[in-house]
Amino acid sequence: MLEAEAIHILRETEAVFRRPVLLYSIGKDSSVLLHLARKAFYPGPIPFKVVHVDTTWKFREMIAFRDEQARALGLDLVVHTNEEGLAAGLSPVTHGAGLYTHAMKTVALRQVLDRLGADAAIGGARRDEEKSRAKERIFSVRAPGHRWDPKMQRPEPWGLANTQLVEGETMRVFPLSNWTEHDVWAYIRAEAIPVVPLYFARERPVVRRGDNLIMVNDDRLPLEPGEVPQMMRVRFRTLGCYPLTAAIRSDAETLDAVIAELHGTRRSERAGRLIDGERSESIEAKKMEGYF
Amino acid sequence: MRIAEPSVAAVPPVEKQDLLKVLACGAVDDGKSTLLGRLMADAGLVPEDQMEAVAAASGEGGFDYALLLDGLSAEREQGITIDVAYRYFATARRSFIVVDAPGHEQFTRNMATGASACDVAVLLVDGRKGLLPQTRRHAAIAALMGIRDIVLAVNKMDLVGHDEQVFRAIVDAFRSHADSLGLVVHPIPVSAALGENVVHPAAAMPWYAGPPLLSLLETLAPVRPSRGSLRFPVQRVCRPNLDFRGYQGTVAGGRVRRGDTVVALPGGQPSRITRIVTFDGDLEEAGVGEAVTLVLDREIEAGRGTVFACPENPPAAVDHLVARLVWLSDMPLATGRELLMRLGNDLVPCRITALRNRLDIVRLVEDPATMLETNDIGTASIATARPVVVERYDDNRSLGSFLLIDRLTNQTLAAGMVMEAVNAAANVYWQNFDTETADRPTARRQKPAILWLTGPSGAGKSTVANALERRLTAAGCHAYVLDGDNVRHGLNRDLGFSPPERAENVRRLAEVAHILADAGLIAIVAAIAPYARDRANARALARDVPFYEIFVDTPLDVCAARDPKGLYRRARQGLVENFTGVGSPYEPPEAPDLHLDGSSETPEQEADRILGLLVTKGHILAA
Repeated sequence: MLEAEAIHILRETEAVFRRPVLLYSIGKDSSVLLHLARKAFYPGPIPFKVVHVDTTWKFREMIAFRDEQARALGLDLVVHTNEEGLAAGLSPVTHGAGLYTHAMKTVALRQVLDRLGADAAIGGARRDEEKSRAKERIFSVRAPGHRWDPKMQRPEPWGLANTQLVEGETMRVFPLSNWTEHDVWAYIRAEAIPVVPLYFARERPVVRRGDNLIMVNDDRLPLEPGEVPQMMRVRFRTLGCYPLTAAIRSDAETLDAVIAELHGTRRSERAGRLIDGERSESIEAKKMEGYF
Repeated sequence: MRIAEPSVAAVPPVEKQDLLKVLACGAVDDGKSTLLGRLMADAGLVPEDQMEAVAAASGEGGFDYALLLDGLSAEREQGITIDVAYRYFATARRSFIVVDAPGHEQFTRNMATGASACDVAVLLVDGRKGLLPQTRRHAAIAALMGIRDIVLAVNKMDLVGHDEQVFRAIVDAFRSHADSLGLVVHPIPVSAALGENVVHPAAAMPWYAGPPLLSLLETLAPVRPSRGSLRFPVQRVCRPNLDFRGYQGTVAGGRVRRGDTVVALPGGQPSRITRIVTFDGDLEEAGVGEAVTLVLDREIEAGRGTVFACPENPPAAVDHLVARLVWLSDMPLATGRELLMRLGNDLVPCRITALRNRLDIVRLVEDPATMLETNDIGTASIATARPVVVERYDDNRSLGSFLLIDRLTNQTLAAGMVMEAVNAAANVYWQNFDTETADRPTARRQKPAILWLTGPSGAGKSTVANALERRLTAAGCHAYVLDGDNVRHGLNRDLGFSPPERAENVRRLAEVAHILADAGLIAIVAAIAPYARDRANARALARDVPFYEIFVDTPLDVCAARDPKGLYRRARQGLVENFTGVGSPYEPPEAPDLHLDGSSETPEQEADRILGLLVTKGHILAA
């Protein structure tokens, strides 16, 4: 009943908030979320804006996929970039992942939510992704300034949510809370949901840095002395900004192969996210500042 | 005994696989996080990079399985589990959601929240300590929330020599408690640290013939969704164009079939289902948990909060109910204050009219009580501002469970379970009388009002009230003073000075003031009423009577210097508890209707200004 539960949550969000938006990261979870939103409001259209925070460092395939989806589904798409960050030339390569992520993702998200006057933002985060997410509520209240206080979380007995907000407070809503990575892929297969081709193995140019395989997506990635991109069969298990998201070696070219590989793997999903590893609590710390 | 080797499922289709929701609970330090970490690690469900991270973080005592679970950094620092955490895993036989509840007594509310969603509970006991009050408390909460099967995992068996007698004694002691709660007990001796009877059987305990924990969990039955008759709470109306009107929601009881006649509650208008619409095509029928869109054969009055039900056996629509409350907030229960009730898809103002008892969940007896505090469980009567569609929690969890929300702070105060739906309006009639306030003789000289004088003790409230009443009476008006101190000698003599008792004191004063105003009088209340929320409640209770908040603003040092009753002196000596301004706060009004300066104005000047307000607002002609 994961599908029905998510549909229920999406309908609830539309019914109780004045101006909800759907946060679209272009990844597989976002694709599932969009599909569920189409189902929830059918035969009506998706009744809210779809927001993408563009750091300008996303894989090119992701942006192409986003624009194609927006056209095909008739989405009311809002793309936002932190212009001050962009003008300052912030980059994950030269400024470090921490500062860059804060400015181009966390701050940018706060900017666009404020600009749209959004009182609720729907996201595709799942509790099985990471330890501090395991305690996230489905309806997660944020104090003015989008701050998350783990001690102020509202209990949700029987899945009943207290969605009352005072001025300045906002809500983050996570309809996929109870889904696992496996559920997401199985649903993508069952419903034939389109996803970015980067999730499937192909020959791609990569450089090896420590244990990580970084794809050379464009000429903004400075190569270190002696580094020569080499073609390797790789795919991505999770998608973010390209210099911060490591690929895995894989021959899985189809959905079935990806799912089969998932069952054989002994690495966790976010192991490919370089920003998470800085401190063990780092997602929690970022969430307190308003990170998704 | 042969135990099936658990393995990761060979691509089970999403939705189809059977799911069991398991509550993990027990007193702190009984080893719950270690047990769950061990369960997932031994079943091969923990990714290598997480195992490596934990191995690196574990101290010299060896691999710490508990570190696989405790999520928030505040918890890792304190070494305990504060919040409910959710774990997901699947074996070849079924999928699991493990709801990991905190063990400390002060987090009982989190435990109750976790239990509300679960099918079965695993209750940990430390074999060395046996049953603790917290063990009994957790069993009772699980039972109250509707769990029937409980796995009693007696842990740390390696530390008691794997002794069967120790295990038996604990199981026997637990059984009588479980019987009175109606729980079915499944006892297992385990050692989480050594992995005995967790996933693999224990060679050290040949006397135990049952399955290890994981195998047992693979066979226990989930709680059946309530079958019963059709219940469909409407979430939203879908109107993409003039030709389509669909009611969207999730089936909460029974089945809905195309062609069925349903009634829309409250109200009871009948109609027929013509279509059950989904994105994947129309359905002939839909069951509990399915999210669908219903189209009816005619236009009726229905929207969010409406419940479509089977006409033969509809749920009640009532404005009064008796419910069991789990108090979740740090703000204690206060009867009479206006709250919000979130029940099904409805959000309705309500108030707790009476607290009936508090449950002692260790001894399982109901004691008389005047208040509930954090983590308390009790039974209360609740009145709603308009009828809500409810059922007993035992009959239908969706329409039998609710939240109580504070209107000012939006805090979730309590989780409630309906025990009885009472149509108070059917039993207690509001008696209408022919004489209206406007017809009373007093109406010739004045329009009634409530004047609420607030300020700290010694601010001069009673003195001003006295002057005001004298001046009004002299002018031929009818006024009456309700003095906070005097009322505490009679009507309110059962109340003390704790915040909930102060709230009740204010509520009663407000109700009496309303009655006086209804009788045509100008009611003057002189009472400290230190909390803004209580004063806001008093204003709400005035209903259609004009209410004026008058702040007698005298600085505390002036009040303390006057100290007409010697109370400041005694409070500072520690002889008076909860004294406003010393041991208890005073929240000054932010926007009073009239702001009096008690340090520079005389009582007569202050009375003058109040009379001026009454003239301006048209309550009296002139003083």
